[in-house]
Amino acid sequence: MKAPNLAVDIAGLKLKNPVMTASGTFGYGEEYSDYFDLNALGAVVVKGLSVGPRTGNPTPRIVETPSGMLNAIGLQNIGVKTFIDEKLPFLRRFDTKVIANFFGDSIEEYVECARMLSDAEGVHALEMNISCPNKQEGWIVFGTDPMTMDKVITAARKATGLPLIVKLSPNVKDIGQMAKIAESAGADAVSAINTITGMVIDVRKRAPVLANKTGGLSGPAIRPVAVRMVWEVCRAVKIPVVGMGGIMNAEDALQFLIAGAKAVAVGTANFITPSAACDVVEGLKLFLETEGVSDINEIIGTVRA
Amino acid sequence: MHRHFKAKVVDNNFAAEAFKLITLSPVSEALVPLPGQFYMLESGRSTDPLLKRPFSVFRFNEGSLQFLYRIRGRGTTSIAGFNKGDLINVVGPLGKAYPEPDGRFMAVTGGVGIASLYSLLERNRGNSVLFYGARNAAELLYREEAEKLSAKAFFTTDDGSAGEQGLVTDKLSEFIKNEGKSMPVYACGPHPMLRKVAAIAKQNNLKCYVSLEEHMACGIGACLGCVVKAKSSVGDYGYKRVCKEGPVFDADEVLW
Ligand SMILES: Cc1cc2nc3c(=O)[nH]c(=O)nc-3n(C[C@H](O)[C@H](O)[C@H](O)COP(=O)(O)OP(=O)(O)OC[C@H]3O[C@@H](n4cnc5c(N)ncnc54)[C@H](O)[C@@H]3O)c2cc1C
Ligand SMILES: Cc1cc2nc3c(=O)[nH]c(=O)nc-3n(C[C@H](O)[C@H](O)[C@H](O)COP(=O)(O)O)c2cc1C
Ligand code: FES
Repeated sequence: MKAPNLAVDIAGLKLKNPVMTASGTFGYGEEYSDYFDLNALGAVVVKGLSVGPRTGNPTPRIVETPSGMLNAIGLQNIGVKTFIDEKLPFLRRFDTKVIANFFGDSIEEYVECARMLSDAEGVHALEMNISCPNKQEGWIVFGTDPMTMDKVITAARKATGLPLIVKLSPNVKDIGQMAKIAESAGADAVSAINTITGMVIDVRKRAPVLANKTGGLSGPAIRPVAVRMVWEVCRAVKIPVVGMGGIMNAEDALQFLIAGAKAVAVGTANFITPSAACDVVEGLKLFLETEGVSDINEIIGTVRA
Repeated sequence: MHRHFKAKVVDNNFAAEAFKLITLSPVSEALVPLPGQFYMLESGRSTDPLLKRPFSVFRFNEGSLQFLYRIRGRGTTSIAGFNKGDLINVVGPLGKAYPEPDGRFMAVTGGVGIASLYSLLERNRGNSVLFYGARNAAELLYREEAEKLSAKAFFTTDDGSAGEQGLVTDKLSEFIKNEGKSMPVYACGPHPMLRKVAAIAKQNNLKCYVSLEEHMACGIGACLGCVVKAKSSVGDYGYKRVCKEGPVFDADEVLW
């Protein structure tokens, strides 16, 4: 039998397979190149970037939870300029797509970030993290307030000619509704889900474990919630959806694809098994072969629901 | 050769109450670790506990890796349950090693910190002056072996059940005053002890290397979860990754 086709198309972005890395769990790619050949991936999504560098939150920043973890890294990053000068040349060596995740604490910063990244050689698409608070409007999180969300996406849309993926926050009442707002504001695709806000208390200290008090929950613990939300998003919009949340192996990834996601991202699993994303690609191939399916696109969105 | 491999559990026995020594034999060729480097060990078969746990390489010989660990919470309890013959996932060696000492040096450790310094003592047999503190005699693990590897050794316990009763850092101060004025200091142990060791070294103008601990998710520099506040050339401070820029730091770099 001919090897099955794994290639997918996300708003004009051609991926050799539907597997990406989730932002913030894969550094800038370098860290993992000791463990597997990055050429195996559909895309590398890098750690969230802001215009200037950020030092991030005080420690402790992470704590393990049942089948998951909370993180409050505080978006520590090296800034767009250093990324372009020092990290991008390394990523350009690989035949995989590079997706730059970015954020800001004002609409202007999002716009500036999107512009700078769009001009850089070797960035193939942008992923916009809107789970950040807006400094100008009382620190309301962009991605949880429909009005602010619409404004910031509209502005970023004008600032870039690259495919623009908007990463949705799960900390909202109706994620399908939020996806529609992203779609009408000009997003080429949406990705979901970002982490779910959580908290762990040290009962002896009677204080939160994380210095930031709360953090974002990720890992297998959030997978059923993520699958449900991705399914809702897929029904709400026509633009492609990238699904993520607790994917540990190919079987988990298939849940998202069957729910309607055109691609998936592997996040926390990279921490446990450095080759996790690559293993998911292999696992998908094997699944198609054993099921006798010749093209991954025949699986996408086939959920009987 | 890969930094991510499967290893067979050769032994996983108690070294003292609440302390175990696990011996692993990598099933494929593995890299040779240096003193101060660490490994991430699988914490069990299921997703709970989820993350691997970091452990300093205690000893390395003829292809087998040994880790000396204290059973603390869910992860180490799960690791303590591994049986002879089990295959587990391991990532390493990781992080920066201790700089090779050039002649004599002082090694300061509290509790299970000996796990990190032991191979340094072994590699530099007869060159160390050891200061080793623990809660009690039973927790002075590998005391005799460590003593034999060192030119001189001082032991302290909280309860006086072995060595002198008192703090290992007091012993260190006393020794430096009398005869340790030109030796570098290598230290691994609880954070408050390290802070004190760093201060003593600074007062006496001695080079000092400390091995730090932080909670880790990935161990390979990707998550930024394991950082410590350090001096920075830009701004007042920056965060450095214990797993990548450390775990061994020049004590001068750290903002205590
Ligand atoms: C580079 C490095 C090398 C290490 N080497 C050794 C070693 O050789 N032998 C050994 O016994 N231990 C070592 N540790 C510490 C060991 O990793 C932790 O004790 C272990 O991860 C605890 O896991 P747990 O699930 O059992 O405990 P948890 O349930 O996670 O925690 C139990 C207690 O330990 C604390 N704790 C958890 N993780 C850490 C950590 N990384 N640093 C400090 N405190 C922590 C928690 O706050 C809690 O109070 C090392 C840590 C690092 C970072
Ligand atoms: C340590 C850590 C850092 C993260 N940093 C970012 C980030 O910078 N930008 C972003 O959009 N998402 C970030 N995320 C969210 C992930 O990309 C992903 O959406 C989420 O973790 C769910 O997937 P998972 O369960 O597979 O990890 C981070 C997640 C973790 C665990
Ligand atoms: S443990 Fe992930 S960066 Fe150090």
